[in-house]
Amino acid sequence: MSTAEARVAPPGAGAVVPVARPFAALRWFRSELGLVFRRPRNLVMLGVLALVPVVVGVALRIAQGEVSAEGGAFAQVTGNGLMLAFGAFAVMLPLFLPLAAAVVAGDSIAGEASRGTLRYLLVTPVSRTRLLVTKFAVIAVYCLAATATVAASASIAATVLFSPDGMTTLSGTVISGWEMIGRLALAALYLGLGLSALGAVGLALSTMTEAPIAAIAATVVLSVAAQILGAIPQLDVISPYLLTSAWSGFDAVLRDPMAVSDLRDGLLVFAAYIVIAGAVAWARFADRDITS
Amino acid sequence: MTTDTKAGAPFAASPPLPESGTGTPVPAPPGGARDAAIVTRGLTKRFRGGQVAVDSLDLVVPRGSVFGFLGPNGSGKTTTIRMLLGLVTPTSGTRELLGVPLAEALPSVGALVEGPAFYPYLSGRDNLLRYDAADRTADPRTARERVAAALDRVGLAAAAGKRYRAYSLGMRQRLAIAAALLGPRELLILDEPTNGLDPQGTREVRALIKEIAAEGVTVFVSSHLLAEVEQMCTHAAIMRAGRLVAQGSLAGLRAGEVPRVRVETPDVARAARVLRELGLMDVHAGEGEVTASLEDVAAEHANAELVRAGVAVRGLAVVRPSLEDVFVELTGEGFDVDG
Repeated sequence: MSTAEARVAPPGAGAVVPVARPFAALRWFRSELGLVFRRPRNLVMLGVLALVPVVVGVALRIAQGEVSAEGGAFAQVTGNGLMLAFGAFAVMLPLFLPLAAAVVAGDSIAGEASRGTLRYLLVTPVSRTRLLVTKFAVIAVYCLAATATVAASASIAATVLFSPDGMTTLSGTVISGWEMIGRLALAALYLGLGLSALGAVGLALSTMTEAPIAAIAATVVLSVAAQILGAIPQLDVISPYLLTSAWSGFDAVLRDPMAVSDLRDGLLVFAAYIVIAGAVAWARFADRDITS
Repeated sequence: MTTDTKAGAPFAASPPLPESGTGTPVPAPPGGARDAAIVTRGLTKRFRGGQVAVDSLDLVVPRGSVFGFLGPNGSGKTTTIRMLLGLVTPTSGTRELLGVPLAEALPSVGALVEGPAFYPYLSGRDNLLRYDAADRTADPRTARERVAAALDRVGLAAAAGKRYRAYSLGMRQRLAIAAALLGPRELLILDEPTNGLDPQGTREVRALIKEIAAEGVTVFVSSHLLAEVEQMCTHAAIMRAGRLVAQGSLAGLRAGEVPRVRVETPDVARAARVLRELGLMDVHAGEGEVTASLEDVAAEHANAELVRAGVAVRGLAVVRPSLEDVFVELTGEGFDVDG
């Protein structure tokens, strides 16, 4: 430990104040990212997300002809392969995708607290603001990875199972397969950000408990409750402010021309949720006594 | 456990503090902070329930010392340590580490707080790398070798690649100490560092602490094991019910304690009376023996007076106080109340 000895100040000397190194924030972000993406549980969740579109695709392939008579996004899948991805999003938005976001977000602070690693991070020291910002960045990356996984898996399944060349938009026009992929990427990005907004709520809840499962459950319950509220016609007045209602705006990419203003409105809702939840998390966490 | 389990009536149930005559060591003066690794002034923590866990703590830990922080369970040691490290916000009072603001001091402080805490599904090495990555002041280029050196130092080199989940309690404790040694440190704050270690491990950790201290690092170590503090420490402070009852060098703490005399006699009542008349304090009459605090009275004089009064003296001995006596006297508790 020659490096250690060299920097140890002799008794009575002033403290040698260590300075922050360049890219230190990036190094820690990468470390946190590695932690989330190496964790078996989180990988299994991504695996399940990848599996769902494949299962749906195979089922549609087998049932080809029977389903096409019915309406909905899936009806078009057999004719327009990439529609499978949008169908998968629609199927997974009520529970699978929010659950994945909630697990990572709810665990972010509460998991550290329950393991006791939170106190060691804070004395390292990691400032509490930096901890929240880094945790949120990792949550956002995981959410984007989740939607990207669904999109990628559905695209591959669609290419294998159906003919992916050209598809009909909800507006009735036909667009090329490549443009379709671009729009799919846009939808994945949009939903990834939407899930990140739920992740911000989960992060805020995660600062309030030492039991990660409580934060995870609370986040899922909030998301389900918001969807129920959004489904009640009498409550239409609050619908535009519900995170979950903004999620379903992803189908704007399926219109021609794209309903850009719908996407923009949705992004504003996501941003509002992230800012408010972030503020709550910070207010709750910045001077909280850490006794875990 | 950061809360005081006896907070209902912290003082009423305890025996009175020693009289001024017994010479409680004077708390270190608030000045002299320049040479201090830790200084607290009036540090107080009142938890939300209104319970005072730490009450007006004026602690001075000299640089270069190995400082034992003693106290029975629930006396406020852990809350104090959490306040020192910024985990718990003091209700009032100040604390200063290494003479600089806390955020600047912490990179030079290694800490072990209430036992080890790591990710069970990562190896010991990866766990240390993770803490190192969180430290903005750590050099990423030397991370691997610093981690290897720290693991080697606590004897975990062979288990570095093993998952933390598979570590024994002793190995976990060592890993936590290795984490505290990851960077260049000026101050180590170790909460019960030998907890869970077998006798061999305990000896190794004590030797390690001495070795680190010899490099000029100040070591602040909380313990409920008096023998441990007596072996390792140059200084000590004693907490009781959230208050600091004594602090200073070990020699100074012991000097504050007046030797006692123990008289073996079948004539207990009369012996006790004679000793009291002589001005001895704190006279205890037991089964076939009387003990008393000698104060300024010479033991041979007490013996002569006992004999003159016709007390049959079978034996008489002067008992020099150990740190344990100091502790028991100041806290009113035995030391093994801890679980």
